[in-house]
Amino acid sequence: MAGGGTGVPGAVPGWVDHALLPLLNLLAAFTLSVAVILAIGENPLDVLGLMVQEALGYPEAIGYTLYYATNYVFTGLAVAVAFHCGLFNIGGEGQATIGGLGAGLVGLALTGWPWPLAAAAAILASALFGAAWAWIPGWLQARRGSHIVITTIMFNFIAASLMTYLMVDVLIRPGQQAPESREFDPGVWLPSMEQGLGWFGIAVPPSPLNLSFLWALACCVLVYLFLWRTRWGYELRTVGRNERAAVYAGIRPARVMIVAMLISGALAGFVGVNEILGVQHRLMLNVVGGAGFVGIAVALMGRNHPVGILLAALLFGVLAQGGAQVAFEYPSVNRELVMVIQGLVILFAGALENLFRPRVEALFRRRRAAVSTIQGRG
Amino acid sequence: MPVPVPPALETRAVNKWFGANHANRDVSLSVPKGTIHGIVGENGAGKSTIMSIVYGYLQPDGGEILVDGRALAVRGPRDALAAGIGMVHQHFMLVDPFTVLENVLLGAEGGWTLTRGMARARAELTRLARDYGLEVELDRPVGDLPVGAQQRVEILKALYRGADILILDEPTGVLTPQEADHLFRILRALRDQGKTLVIITHKLREIMELTDNVTVMRRGEVVANVRTADTDKERLAELMVGRKVQLRVDKRPARPGAEVLAVEGLRVRDPSGAERVRGVDLRVRAGEIVGIAGVSGNGQSELLEALGGMLPFAGGRVRLHGQELPSGGLDARSLRGLGVGHVPEDRQRVGLVTGFSADENAILGHHDDPAYNGRLLLDRRAVRARCEAEMEAYDVRPRDPRLPASGFSGGNQQKIVLAREMERNPGLLLVGQPTRGVDIGAIEFIHRRLVALRDEGKAILLVSVELDEILGLSDRVLVMFDGRIVGEVDPAGADERRLGLMMAGAAAG
Amino acid sequence: MEDALTTALLLLDATIRVATPLVLAALAGLYSERAGVVDIGLEGKMLTGAFFAAAAAYVTGDPWLGLLAGMAGGLALALVHGFACVTHGGNQVVSGMAINILAIGLAPTLAFAWFAQGGQTPMLPGSARLPQIPMPGVEALGGIPVLGPVYRELVDDTNLLVWAALAAVPVTHWVLFRSRFGLRLRAVGESPAAVDTAGLSVAGLRYKALVISGLLTGMAGAYLSIAHGAGFVRDMTAGKGYLALAALIFGKWRPWPTLFACLLFAFTDALQVRLQGVPLPWIGVIPVQFIQMLPYLLTVLLLAGFVGRAVAPKASGVPYVKER
Repeated sequence: MAGGGTGVPGAVPGWVDHALLPLLNLLAAFTLSVAVILAIGENPLDVLGLMVQEALGYPEAIGYTLYYATNYVFTGLAVAVAFHCGLFNIGGEGQATIGGLGAGLVGLALTGWPWPLAAAAAILASALFGAAWAWIPGWLQARRGSHIVITTIMFNFIAASLMTYLMVDVLIRPGQQAPESREFDPGVWLPSMEQGLGWFGIAVPPSPLNLSFLWALACCVLVYLFLWRTRWGYELRTVGRNERAAVYAGIRPARVMIVAMLISGALAGFVGVNEILGVQHRLMLNVVGGAGFVGIAVALMGRNHPVGILLAALLFGVLAQGGAQVAFEYPSVNRELVMVIQGLVILFAGALENLFRPRVEALFRRRRAAVSTIQGRG
Repeated sequence: MPVPVPPALETRAVNKWFGANHANRDVSLSVPKGTIHGIVGENGAGKSTIMSIVYGYLQPDGGEILVDGRALAVRGPRDALAAGIGMVHQHFMLVDPFTVLENVLLGAEGGWTLTRGMARARAELTRLARDYGLEVELDRPVGDLPVGAQQRVEILKALYRGADILILDEPTGVLTPQEADHLFRILRALRDQGKTLVIITHKLREIMELTDNVTVMRRGEVVANVRTADTDKERLAELMVGRKVQLRVDKRPARPGAEVLAVEGLRVRDPSGAERVRGVDLRVRAGEIVGIAGVSGNGQSELLEALGGMLPFAGGRVRLHGQELPSGGLDARSLRGLGVGHVPEDRQRVGLVTGFSADENAILGHHDDPAYNGRLLLDRRAVRARCEAEMEAYDVRPRDPRLPASGFSGGNQQKIVLAREMERNPGLLLVGQPTRGVDIGAIEFIHRRLVALRDEGKAILLVSVELDEILGLSDRVLVMFDGRIVGEVDPAGADERRLGLMMAGAAAG
Repeated sequence: MEDALTTALLLLDATIRVATPLVLAALAGLYSERAGVVDIGLEGKMLTGAFFAAAAAYVTGDPWLGLLAGMAGGLALALVHGFACVTHGGNQVVSGMAINILAIGLAPTLAFAWFAQGGQTPMLPGSARLPQIPMPGVEALGGIPVLGPVYRELVDDTNLLVWAALAAVPVTHWVLFRSRFGLRLRAVGESPAAVDTAGLSVAGLRYKALVISGLLTGMAGAYLSIAHGAGFVRDMTAGKGYLALAALIFGKWRPWPTLFACLLFAFTDALQVRLQGVPLPWIGVIPVQFIQMLPYLLTVLLLAGFVGRAVAPKASGVPYVKER
């Protein structure tokens, strides 16, 4: 397998790799999105304009956008950590569901506790639950060689069934039709941003945005530090990039893979903190709502780097919030339009990432060849 | 007056580049009809490249290919097959779960259902088997067959497609001597039936035994086209190795000290389970360089990887500084702890993580050393300082610790690896192909460094396919063939030709 | 006795109805994965097929045009997959995910815009649905015990696509193991280099496999919307594409075992409806969710090598790059 062809780092300047190519891919995805909007008979500029206005135009909208982005940061980081270890974790949806269960059990159990302790316990529980759900596919991949993509898909379904069972038969509030638990004691609710900023005398309108957004930002920093500034992150990236070199360096790939999946699952599990403890204040079904899959798009667009993931999560937050409002305003547009754009972004930023690369690289090679003929070969 | 018969196969001034590597430089050769033609040369001489071009698997960057005197436009294997060219690749192109019959049929099914083609192929293969001694069980899955039989399947594939010209790339590389003899009988029978055969090999014994004519290649060029009867092994060995610029290494005689590494009866299996090191004994003392000469693929790589902790021992004993290692060997991390440095043969796939920056690569394998770690975080400044110091000492260019390893030239990549492994005061240094793909200036530098390390009293075990390098650097030379050490040579008075013969398994030490 | 027979027949009837789209989709996956292209986009292609089939059937009133449109929808997405993975060597899993998410969005978006009924197509009249095929002799056989009811319940008035799915299994088996195309298909999934050196086009074969996969998934979707159902409903595949993928793995990428896996999975589905709240002797009430989990659990266990061993075609998931 000579060279591998494309994607050799250093073949083009960093800004091309990290900015130009992602932008080209994004542009292609949006061009097709515009075509879809045209196809359903609306003016793309109006639709996209309204989308941005409704997502960023006023404080309440921004609150909603950031609330969506919070989930996407968690799932995007989850996908990225696994990806740096060469693993494709499609199970974010299931891991987030089970993580939510962990957060919810804490919420139910800790009646009367002060919220900071409850929040810490919920973060821990959702991490443990999410990690446990990711551990099985990780272990199966590392030790038994079962393909992690398939097992994580299967585990999404198993998680959904398990959760349904628990909500319908076990955790449901007695005497109630809807499969939901009782509401948590308000003392353990994660304060909303409105409350939190209120302590500092800053008034913002109410929205689902809550303090877990800060935890998401912290996770970006922690993941960055872990991956690039610790020896464990170093080992993880080595295994992902070159397993032979990892063995050469005395790293045990199987163990590192399992650790990567544990971290990935824990990150996905934090969606539960945002949704269950921060917004719903009770255990219920379908709280993850596809955030696990959006995480794939976020990670791909964000080039698996926390900064990129944060930006991509904001973009998808805008899409989610703006899309919902557009669907409200336009009779011929519904919420699923956002999924079209998400799908196209995954297609162009992920599967078709090589669409423009060869041409762009050739462009730079030609320029560099001209330079190096002058300097002579060394 | 007889009409001159055009050669069965001819190439004219064929050129091929792989990036900056000129793999074929104006390669012209001519293969008369009904002969066995040998193409001989060292690793990387361009033998396989030219024949892959003839077969259409690779596209040339210039030149012409003629079959029976007619220019042929080969855009892909389909064109070559249509012109009656068949090829048996070094790595067999077989579908393992398929039966022999299915493998032969693939691409030559003779209709859109298989039934009739199968019946015809069965009859035809039975005939071919009888005529040429190509017996294989037609209904066995190919993956279950021994390699010798798999090779016969490849030959049958070509013959079934009506090949008149058959190219075989290193056909005996994976065969036992008995299997090789069997193969030679088949090939002679094919020639006697009027087929034209081209054998790519680096084994001179086979050339002398089998071929009518031979083309010698070196560094992408044809250096000789001769009749086999007019030459001999010694002459061919000389042509093959060439009168290269002697890169004489200035060094004083070694003053070996205590024994550092002692290997007894070591056996190593590769990841596929094949035993590649089959009972090796060797000793390396402090202050000496022991070189292992040999054609690649004779177990040197696995020997080095096992001693470096990448493959487990399958048998035998190894003592390091007098301490016996556990019977299965140690992992790379523990060995580094015992002061073993390892410059792997393949720096790009093993020795470096090409996507990592130079400074990240500078701590590969030493990343948990307290020198670079705080309680939680890596000490980036320490890592960078280390890398900068090594880059300075080894004159790595560009001197940019943050540049990804893939952004350095081969020579500079190698210096990054060497610096990492040599600058940590290893008691034992394992070195594989230290100058492969490295430019002349860097070669001299690397050689001087290795000798300097030796003079500091370190033990060095060197594996290289470059004879010059082995002879220039080593204080003792062991020759490895087929997983065993077949002899020891004193590099000072070594006869390169005799060494070449030993490497080719043609002479005993 | 009579009761038990009726129950069994109803259960079997439900099994067959659930299994039909699974079989079509699993066979679709079989073609592409046997050719070395991982196909987790079955779900999306099926959903797209379901939508276009219903839309075309509603607009034209002709179920056959609906079927064609559904197959064209599946095909279009299959070609997108090929463009990304075969032509550009992209990541096959990422591409499959993109197709799934794209389809989940696109189908209701278009439905909403075109029909303004909340992301559905209007209900189809009977004439716009694929016909059920009446069998002769129902009356004559009706009197015979066992055989009569079996014939009436399972064979008579079965939808055309059920028969198509059933026929697709031996056809696929034959194509795969007895035809030139099948030989090449299996070869390109195991060893593309062997195919390349045999003078055949790796990309060409993979595209052909993807075309078949697209057509079959489109057909599976059409079954849901214009045969079994009467119109497109949002998210009407409900994970059946993934279930088909599981069945394909459970059937070890072979047509007959895949059919049985589909039947098994469909049976658990039919059973779960029956067992809802019914206490079983000794065990008590089994929560339906545990029965729902069963196919996925079995697949995971199989992949882990705890029950048998499923070995995927060796080259699947790997873009083909020539070696030097």
